Amino acid sequence: MFEEDRPRPLLEVRGITKQFAGVQALKGVDLQVLPGEVHCVMGQNGAGKSTLIKMLSGVHQPDGGEIRWEGKEISLPGPTAALDLGIATMYQELDVVDGLSVAENIFLGHEHASGGVLHVKKANAIAHKLLKRLGHGSLSPSTEVGTLSAANKQIVSMARALSRDTKMIIMDEPSAILDSGEVANLFRVVRELTAQGIAVVYISHRLEEIRQIGDRISVIKDGRSTANGLSVTDTSRAELIRLMTGRDVENVFPDRQPIAADAPVVLDVDNVELFGHFEKVSFTVRAGEILGFAGLVGSKRSEILETIYGARRASSGKVSVNGKTLRPGSVTSAVKAGMGLSPEERKSQGLILDEPLFKNVTLSTFERFAHGGYLNERAERNAAREQIAALELRPADPDRPARTLSGGNQQKILLARWLVHGTPVLLLDEPTRGVDVGARAEIYALIRKLAAAGTAIIVVSSEIEEVLGLADNVLVIDDGKVLTQTNASDIDEHGVLDLVMKGSAA
Amino acid sequence: MSEQNTKEAEPRVNAPADHSTPKANPLQNFLRGSGGRSLGLVIALALLFVVGAITSGDRFLNLENFLTIFRYASIIGVISIGVTFVITAGGIDLSVGSVMGLATVVASLTAVQLAATQSHWILMVLVALAVGAGAGLINGLVIAYGNVVAFIATLAMLVGARGFAELISGRSTQIVTNRDFLQIMRADFLGVPILIWIFVLVAVAGWFLLNRTTFGRRTIAIGGNLEASRLAGIKVKRHLVYLYILAGVAAGIAGVMMLGRTTAGTSTHGLLYELDAIAAVVVGGTLLIGGRGTIMGTVLGVLIFSTLTNVFIQNNLDTSVQALAKGLIIVVAVLLQQRFAARGPRRAKAKPIRA
Ligand SMILES: Nc1ncnc2c1ncn2[C@@H]1O[C@H](COP(=O)(O)OP(=O)(O)OP(=O)(O)O)[C@@H](O)[C@H]1O
Ligand SMILES: [Mg+2]
Repeated sequence: MFEEDRPRPLLEVRGITKQFAGVQALKGVDLQVLPGEVHCVMGQNGAGKSTLIKMLSGVHQPDGGEIRWEGKEISLPGPTAALDLGIATMYQELDVVDGLSVAENIFLGHEHASGGVLHVKKANAIAHKLLKRLGHGSLSPSTEVGTLSAANKQIVSMARALSRDTKMIIMDEPSAILDSGEVANLFRVVRELTAQGIAVVYISHRLEEIRQIGDRISVIKDGRSTANGLSVTDTSRAELIRLMTGRDVENVFPDRQPIAADAPVVLDVDNVELFGHFEKVSFTVRAGEILGFAGLVGSKRSEILETIYGARRASSGKVSVNGKTLRPGSVTSAVKAGMGLSPEERKSQGLILDEPLFKNVTLSTFERFAHGGYLNERAERNAAREQIAALELRPADPDRPARTLSGGNQQKILLARWLVHGTPVLLLDEPTRGVDVGARAEIYALIRKLAAAGTAIIVVSSEIEEVLGLADNVLVIDDGKVLTQTNASDIDEHGVLDLVMKGSAA
Repeated sequence: MSEQNTKEAEPRVNAPADHSTPKANPLQNFLRGSGGRSLGLVIALALLFVVGAITSGDRFLNLENFLTIFRYASIIGVISIGVTFVITAGGIDLSVGSVMGLATVVASLTAVQLAATQSHWILMVLVALAVGAGAGLINGLVIAYGNVVAFIATLAMLVGARGFAELISGRSTQIVTNRDFLQIMRADFLGVPILIWIFVLVAVAGWFLLNRTTFGRRTIAIGGNLEASRLAGIKVKRHLVYLYILAGVAAGIAGVMMLGRTTAGTSTHGLLYELDAIAAVVVGGTLLIGGRGTIMGTVLGVLIFSTLTNVFIQNNLDTSVQALAKGLIIVVAVLLQQRFAARGPRRAKAKPIRA
């Protein structure tokens, strides 16, 4: 789409390298971004994408190589330097401050003030305009961010990026926590930005998205560029996967096995309700069954899951596992009965970032390895190693702090946690968020294998395709209401979306 | 000490090819881990010793004086070890000083002493421990189940316990008359005073509890990420209660030691001890926001402060100068730690203060 007289590149990165304590994260990466294009950066988990963008946003400084901005060589000693040049970043891990309001978050670091006194009204007004531009005018600028859903926090993060005079916006896996409606909205905004000549660097593991929104693609593998500025239209999906992984991956869902006719009901959810969040839900999951929750972000699927798990206290109704009724509002009771939850937000709900990988993996099982209260770390480490191998966690070092793993690999830790001893009921909230194509296929296969071994599983995912491909039965949920309960093969993506649209209209 | 575990010697089982991780050498690993953090403290302590030796010569450098330093450190040391647990879990306990005072008062009440004389001196010890445990239990319940911020809840206990101690003692000093008790508390074992032995025992038990047991793992996990711990099935609230009881019991033990050392119980015992304890814990390398705790560091922190006091006393220096030096040491020790430790508190961690 760019002819002979290409515009001068906005950003040029050449041979950039970066080493962290013990890891050569980048071994030589090139990148060339033109004004007004959507440049997709792709690569497996841990390839170095986030490290690359953190060097463009001044969070980390490169060890070698050069960065040129509008033709001039630059160095970025800190985030402010990048922001001043017009490089705004939406980080992979949400970086909003929960205790501040939406507007305060948006203008964090460049508040509207005179002589130190904040202009709250003015800030709120500008924030409102920004939010409206992003299609979220209904979000009040004075709301405390901590009360918002992950998707809405993302909107705040995006508004913050737009609140400055920006020439390039870097988005590190923005869609990982969004549903299809939200993604469409995001793309609308991206198109609007590029039409104004703003460049967008876009990172995602969802290949379909790249097709829809991207202009050109650069690929990183193991810290090295393997392709630069490929045109999206000329590059096949298979070729992309090969460039990223070095092998062929069929990203198909494994075949369903029919559930044995006499499979017992393992999880029984009976009229569970949480006032102000969701209405009465009832369903059962049998041994070996995968139940999917389909719906849009904000439809309260995670809340239902957390309530079943006892992390929230149900207003009424009861949950039983293998016929045993759980104490409401008690996670301990749920875990004891054999439930495991892999939560939605890995950073705030899942990981202890400064603890080593293996302790994160055994967070729910370390007591079972212990003898009379005395820890057995050797056994824990070995158990973690098994899961590391099974889930292709990289780097495969059980002693590495969780913080230093890439996002997708952190996600795998959460899954690994409940695989150590196995549980009869597994609740998975966004199990493949931020996971690359190769590992995704592995995780699907693993979930299927667990089901085949008799585990009752609930999967919540914002990717409707994933829910339908993985689950045996599906609950379509909208705004805390179960719209329908059906066999997964009797409904398709359009069917789900139609239902949801009708549901919200009603 | 080994919260960052050293690599096992055994070969790694089929580690799949990762991106050719160049392994840092063991010394580097050590310096980056707890070793590095403690090293800064050891250097600070060594410097103080050098200063002491230069300024006071033999008066400083003799076994008798070293025992004095240790004995001086022992009471605040026991309190600090209890506080280390609470802080590691992301909490705080401001009440330990006044709870210790209360423990000395209750254990030396005439009625208690009378009962002890008629039965056994151990009764006084048990009473002091019970007072500590009770105060800790109240702290823990209010914080964990009443959802009161730890800072406020224990601040209330600080004020309340002190007031209660004044009330029941009528602000008078109660002399300990139980001979057996005093004899035991003043005994030497292998030439080392019993107070020091108590400190050593509490430190070793604390180290073991924090680093080798499920109790310790839960403590660190809760401090590192409370919500993640809860969702993983750890009984967070119950554990928080245990932690404050632990800190209270440590204050109770310190109360017993205080009774032995001063032969009197009074409500003014333990004044401002909470600040000394927190300073020692933080200087030792335990993160105030939780998630990382080191008993070894706390012990070194306490020793640094008691050595400092000793050096000042030896040189007849003003206590105001001493306070100034203390403040300096807190800052310098923390800076030193950060130089040595790779994953230090430099990284500002945005985390709300909570129970
Ligand atoms: N602070 C750090 N300390 C040590 N190693 C790090 C640090 N940050 C990243 N790494 C390592 O650098 C490599 C690249 O990580 P990066 O986060 O850039 O991957 P990514 O391509 O963004 O992956 P993902 O798709 O999973 O987000 C990984 O091996 C990771 O473990
Ligand atoms: Mg990343």
